[in-house]
Amino acid sequence: MIARHAENRAASEPMVPKPFEVIATRQDTVDTWTLELRPPDSSELSFAPGQFTMISAGGSGEVPISISGDPGAPSVLVHTVRGVGFATEALCAARPGQVLSVRGPFGAPWPVGDLDGADVVVAAGGIGLAPLRPAVLWLLAERERYGRLILLYGGRAPDQLLFEAELETWATRGMEVLVTVDSAGPEWLGHVGVVTRLVRRAEIDPESTASLLCGPEVMMRFMATSLIERGVPGSRIYASMERNMQCGIGHCGHCQLGPTLVCRDGPVYRWDLLEPWLAVREL
Amino acid sequence: MRAIEDLIAQAPVFAGLTTAQLELIAGCGHNERVDAGAFLFREGAPAERFYLIRSGTVALEVHAPGRGQLRIETLDEGEVVGWSWLFSPYRWQLDARVLEPAALVEFDGACLRGKVETDNELGYLLMRRFAAVIVERLHATRLQLLDVYGDDRAAR
Repeated sequence: MIARHAENRAASEPMVPKPFEVIATRQDTVDTWTLELRPPDSSELSFAPGQFTMISAGGSGEVPISISGDPGAPSVLVHTVRGVGFATEALCAARPGQVLSVRGPFGAPWPVGDLDGADVVVAAGGIGLAPLRPAVLWLLAERERYGRLILLYGGRAPDQLLFEAELETWATRGMEVLVTVDSAGPEWLGHVGVVTRLVRRAEIDPESTASLLCGPEVMMRFMATSLIERGVPGSRIYASMERNMQCGIGHCGHCQLGPTLVCRDGPVYRWDLLEPWLAVREL
Repeated sequence: MRAIEDLIAQAPVFAGLTTAQLELIAGCGHNERVDAGAFLFREGAPAERFYLIRSGTVALEVHAPGRGQLRIETLDEGEVVGWSWLFSPYRWQLDARVLEPAALVEFDGACLRGKVETDNELGYLLMRRFAAVIVERLHATRLQLLDVYGDDRAAR
């Protein structure tokens, strides 16, 4: 009863942050860290793959960070953060025992529950694999509901790839994993080239394929173009967008994208609905 | 053993050519197996051949003083390695190193150039096909130059 009351209170007070304790950290790459956080009072933070929270470390400013944890394990909130500014570098510097302020989860999720029977191509670039990790874990947990599961993952260099050990695990659990890097030395024995070149190697069947994209916007644009050239309809391609999200609940309007607000109507959009707005410069 | 014309008919670069055209091209080719680590060609050497990969992986590399051997791109099944045989001065501009044991069809570029001198229709078709390969790789190279991951200021 008390827990339900607290849950209702959180839902009705989305602007009120809650204290989450850092219980573990892991450095993934030179500038990227994964944080495991415990919700207050041993509660759970249920979320859908693709959702994000607004999070801050001390007075360093609040930023939107996609959840990178397992949706089947809501007792721990997991974020993978790349330190690219004051707020995110403060998050990367957080250590066990420190308390962070968290609001959410917010946003429209990946439509993984609506893709029964489909081959699912998950295409990630750089840090974009983090928001897709919950979707991958969902798809693998519900493996029998889907056709082929394919991960196309591109990074800048071998030492900047995320979740390397997990990629091997996913491959053993029924996901075809293709990885490429933009450049590498001779010690790297994997693919070298841009991530869009993996589309040809994946030999996808456009009739039965749906795709989830996340990465730098220009990478998603080229990836969507490659998939559409292969015959995948834009209505079965989904992309996670990023804009200047501040309130997280569609009130402040900072994250406007065309007639939508990314925090409320996104971050996950259907490509055919999103594409016209991406063609508008400075939007 | 399958004839060369049957093997190359499935490659995107030769798809849709007539049987006579495929036979003419196949007349300049032969099967080759190359071990991992071997170089198909080295930068600056005369470009007299090109390859179609049947299996295995080939890396295109460049040696940069002070930075060592840099891997630019990897190519695998169904892809063409080498177009310098088509354009004067017929010199390789990169190294091509086999990463995984490769089954290849190796073509004699001078042989094919000689044939298309008298069969301009095939020459035009081949030039279009190789132009498509070059455009695809140019496009990919432009995307690499954007360095999208390095410039990703995402606060994720």
